[in-house]
Amino acid sequence: MLSKSHAKVFFLGGTIVTFAIFLGLSWNSLSKEVPKRTHEENLSTQVIAGKTIWEKNNCMGCHTILGEGAYYAPELTKVYERRGEAYIKAALMSKTPWSPRGRKMVAYAMPEEDANNVVAFLKWIGEIDLNGFPPKPDLKK
Amino acid sequence: MKYKSQKVAYWFFALSMLLLSLQILYGFIMAFAHMGYDVLHQITPFNTARAVHTNLLVVWLLSGFMGAAYYIIPEEAEHELVSVKLAYVQLISLAVVGVVAIVGYHFNYWEGRKFLEIPRPLDWLVVINVLTFLGIIIMTLFKGKKRTTTSLVLTMGLVFAALLYLPGMIWFDNQTMDSFFRWWVVHLWVEGVWELIMGGILAFLLIKITGVDREVIEKWLYVIVGLTFISGILGTGHHYYYIGVGKIWIIVGGIFSTLEPLAFLGMALFAIAMYRKGEKKHPNKIALSWTLGTAIVSFVGAGLLGLAHTLPAVNMYTHGTLVTAMHGHLAFWGAYGMIVLAFISYSMPNMTGRKLYDSTAGLLAFWLSNIGMIGMTVAFGVAGVAQVYLERKVGLDFGDVQKEIQVHFVILAICATLFTTGIAYYIYEFIKYGRPNDEALETNKN
Repeated sequence: MLSKSHAKVFFLGGTIVTFAIFLGLSWNSLSKEVPKRTHEENLSTQVIAGKTIWEKNNCMGCHTILGEGAYYAPELTKVYERRGEAYIKAALMSKTPWSPRGRKMVAYAMPEEDANNVVAFLKWIGEIDLNGFPPKPDLKK
Repeated sequence: MKYKSQKVAYWFFALSMLLLSLQILYGFIMAFAHMGYDVLHQITPFNTARAVHTNLLVVWLLSGFMGAAYYIIPEEAEHELVSVKLAYVQLISLAVVGVVAIVGYHFNYWEGRKFLEIPRPLDWLVVINVLTFLGIIIMTLFKGKKRTTTSLVLTMGLVFAALLYLPGMIWFDNQTMDSFFRWWVVHLWVEGVWELIMGGILAFLLIKITGVDREVIEKWLYVIVGLTFISGILGTGHHYYYIGVGKIWIIVGGIFSTLEPLAFLGMALFAIAMYRKGEKKHPNKIALSWTLGTAIVSFVGAGLLGLAHTLPAVNMYTHGTLVTAMHGHLAFWGAYGMIVLAFISYSMPNMTGRKLYDSTAGLLAFWLSNIGMIGMTVAFGVAGVAQVYLERKVGLDFGDVQKEIQVHFVILAICATLFTTGIAYYIYEFIKYGRPNDEALETNKN
């Protein structure tokens, strides 16, 4: 019959072993995979400035990116490819709430330079190798 | 209540009740926005409401965990808290940080990182706050007569929760790295160390309520938290399928996150088995309902509904849709909301001396809030599955799909009203108990 000390060994042993594996896999991913898959060489100052603006305005509070965020506004991982630069800039620079189909976006009235930075960020995001995400609509006729 | 200093828990619970009420309010703002009535857009746009809603959740749960720890540790260690004054200072600073953060969110003072929106300067205040809390708890344990498994598991959960907050404070230029470490905080909290906290509180409640031998309960506690970590640590991989890291996480995350429900199944079977085994039937029926409820609902919400979209082939389509909100609501409610409410229901009669063990309001609170939350989960599920098919499978535009699923948010709001009524009853009962007092000392040793 399982004793309390056996149970304790199961807990501590299991935790240490799985955590060690987790650290190993993380190290491998971060040092070898991420630089290649995200094209780290393309992380320009413009892209980083775009990420800062992205965070400063909590864009993730409505949109998703890499499938993460809130579910109130469109997924933006492939928005550069889907909508193009001009559309994105129009939404960001609009002085009145951008509201396709009635749902309002905050009117950021962004200066053009900021809008360009966000576009650069979204373009960089769109090029990351995401193991096939977002999926292609397979029932589309 | 056996020690005077346990009374400090009351104020943490009161803060929890206040923040929970506000959380619900912001939830309604979002539900109305989803229905097409974004009437508060100018003062509380959706991203503000969303950040406030989720952060209030985190803070009210943490406040509840802290209150529970301040109640449990003296009783388990058989020693008064080392400093009640410092505990009050810690409470006030927690409330201040929480309020500043939430007000800040209305003025664009935040970091747009899901769940970790608190700006970094405030993060340091959170760190100081949590260190103060841990200092009080650990010193009390150190000076106490006993160090029980229950108190050690609970403390370990709290210490790891504090440590795991740190990776979320590092700045990364690369969004993938940012996301990778953000999950070290969020996933390893809710599918890791918070389960230790939940397990510790649950074990304490079961010992008190069922009267089953401590050795038996604590043995199974080890097994459950063991299962939690074995499945949960590598289960982090289910957040790494599609964020820009390698395919190995699809295999590792897929396998281990499929095992994650086992820990919650263990928790549910454990609570039910101990209840049936226990000869002593504690008169506090309300606390018993919440205790068994949290074990069962967490299995359904966190375990089964998590399993429903954790397989990589399914997650490819559900990732970043309302399906996540479906799982998120019942999981947080079942595992963490209900354990805090279970503990408050258990401790209030002991702290105040008023034994509202079986009141109608208390039972209504339990049933209405649970039925309401299950209804909300179903509404999110229906909306989410429809979104997955229309947007991800058929390829309709996001905005068109949102219009199609608007109606489900009407049902969601109706269920949320039921939930809110339940919570209103709970808070009414909380207020009816009155303040804790020293006369309750010794008169009730349960």
